[in-house]
Amino acid sequence: MKVLGRVRRFGDNIDTDAILPSRHMVTGDPQVLGRACFGDLLPDFAASVAPGDVLVAGENFGCGSSREHAPLALQGCGIACVVAASFSRIFFRSAVNLGLPVAECAPLAQRAREGDAIEIDLEAGTATLAGQAFPIAALPPQVLDILRAGGLVRVMTQRLQAGSGVPP
Amino acid sequence: MSAMTYVEQVLARASGRERVTAGDIVVARADLSMANDITAPLAIAQFERAGARHVADPMRVFIAAGRHAPFRDAASADQVQRVARFCAAQGIERFFGYGEGMDHVLAPEMGVVRPGMLICNADSHACTYGALGAVGVPFGSTDLAYLLAFGEIWMRVPATVRVEFHGAPGVAITTKDLVLAAMAKTGVDGARYMAVEFTGDALACFSVDERFTIANMAIEMGAKTGVMFPDAAVERYLEARAPHAVAGAAHAPVPVPVPVPHADAPIAHTWRIDVSALTPLVARPHLPSDVVAADSLSGVRVDQVNIGSCTNGRMVDLRQAADLLRGRRIARHVRLMVTPATAGIYRAALDEGLLAVFLDAGAVINPPGCGPCAGWHQGALAADEVCVATHNRNFQGRMGSKTAQVYLAGPLVAAASALAGEIADPTALLQETQGAPR
Ligand code: SF4
Repeated sequence: MKVLGRVRRFGDNIDTDAILPSRHMVTGDPQVLGRACFGDLLPDFAASVAPGDVLVAGENFGCGSSREHAPLALQGCGIACVVAASFSRIFFRSAVNLGLPVAECAPLAQRAREGDAIEIDLEAGTATLAGQAFPIAALPPQVLDILRAGGLVRVMTQRLQAGSGVPP
Repeated sequence: MSAMTYVEQVLARASGRERVTAGDIVVARADLSMANDITAPLAIAQFERAGARHVADPMRVFIAAGRHAPFRDAASADQVQRVARFCAAQGIERFFGYGEGMDHVLAPEMGVVRPGMLICNADSHACTYGALGAVGVPFGSTDLAYLLAFGEIWMRVPATVRVEFHGAPGVAITTKDLVLAAMAKTGVDGARYMAVEFTGDALACFSVDERFTIANMAIEMGAKTGVMFPDAAVERYLEARAPHAVAGAAHAPVPVPVPVPHADAPIAHTWRIDVSALTPLVARPHLPSDVVAADSLSGVRVDQVNIGSCTNGRMVDLRQAADLLRGRRIARHVRLMVTPATAGIYRAALDEGLLAVFLDAGAVINPPGCGPCAGWHQGALAADEVCVATHNRNFQGRMGSKTAQVYLAGPLVAAASALAGEIADPTALLQETQGAPR
């Protein structure tokens, strides 16, 4: 699981209301949600995302509402990975469940600037920013398994098929 | 080997282990899985995408649509219709789709939340149930899909921190002031990934309904869950809400053992709050932890006041607000909105004459639920408007315009501010009211 891209810089305590305002939560379509991503606070953001962009934020990213529409919107607008100094717990789980890679790395989050080249290797546990390598917090094996499978829905399918005797 | 914390005991029991410690990853069986009109549709979509056909344990599912009902538009109506059909097809009988109220207040009110339960809710304020000694943990929609399919979920056992409230509260001090005082110390992520135990002699000064306000905001501290140890007041609360009387014997929650708090269980950190020194508090925009004394903000003109939400939308909150509003009119330029959290509260407020007090004071009464809190519908704010809300979050743009300013407060500060037309400390007005013959 490697991601190669460009840094999109955000600050501390970015809440899920900011990522996706509540009125858009009448669909689960990532493309539609993606167009509304940060729509109220940064109306130009969604259109400016190039596929592969990496969102880099400070502390407590994704705090507030449990809405999974927020990571879905980030995914829908083309964000390939979120790196933060720390994450709010529900956002972290939901991103993993959707197969959106997340990495915790405070030193990198401090250093990164908008537009920097960034490379993340989740399996190896490293991130490289403008040539400099940073270790990222190790993910529990359960979490890596979900990301490897491409999200929790695939894990569910595997378990259901295993349970019913149908080969995966 | 130290004893297990309250939350560790619940997670050990739910995962069939003798012992768990902070950091362990367990697969726990949920005693109740919950969702609402916003998170259930996505959960159902993920359930179906995965190829799941049957909900593992429909008797342990509770879904309430309290954010949008009555529906804002065709799209939100469609979403709830879809949830209704799913519940009917899956035999989920605890589905409340239209006007019964919102989950965090409705489920405890119906008696389905019991001490020691593990409750997984696809909503961040699952921690509210902690006031009854249940461990409510919030999840996203895909986690809920997994819970629907298998009845269990993986979790990391959190470390436990403590917020202790000591001393006797003054007349104008509500539990909102207690929890805002705690927020000022913990910040918005002081308890991130952790469980918070709310303890201390001051809690006994407040009813269970008032304690929900404190447990509710554990998530605003970044916590995974928050609990209080059940006491005699909780027992009385539960006796009055025998669940089979409400929903039929088949729906009575499976009894679970109630943990016994141990003095030597590991507590990672303790914050202490002297309640006797508190004055009424307000959290300034746009952070629930930016807490100041209400009287330091006098002169801040208010356009709208909201009383309601999973934090402060219960009978006790409406009574407190009505005590100040009775026989008075709100300032001409203020809009006051009262949103009872459930139909039962609406009815009780009607019976007690509180709705008449609100109407006479100049308020608008919303249908049961929590529409305005996150700008779902009813009561959005215009550019630059100032709002005092008894809610739990004041993030930028949450209640409408991104330039609107939302201040969080308890029902007494909210009512006093509606009357004054500016942010107001309710102490003087309350003393005047209590001194006056009714
Ligand atoms: S009152 Fe507000 S915070 Fe509570 S459940 Fe409703 S929208 Fe969420």
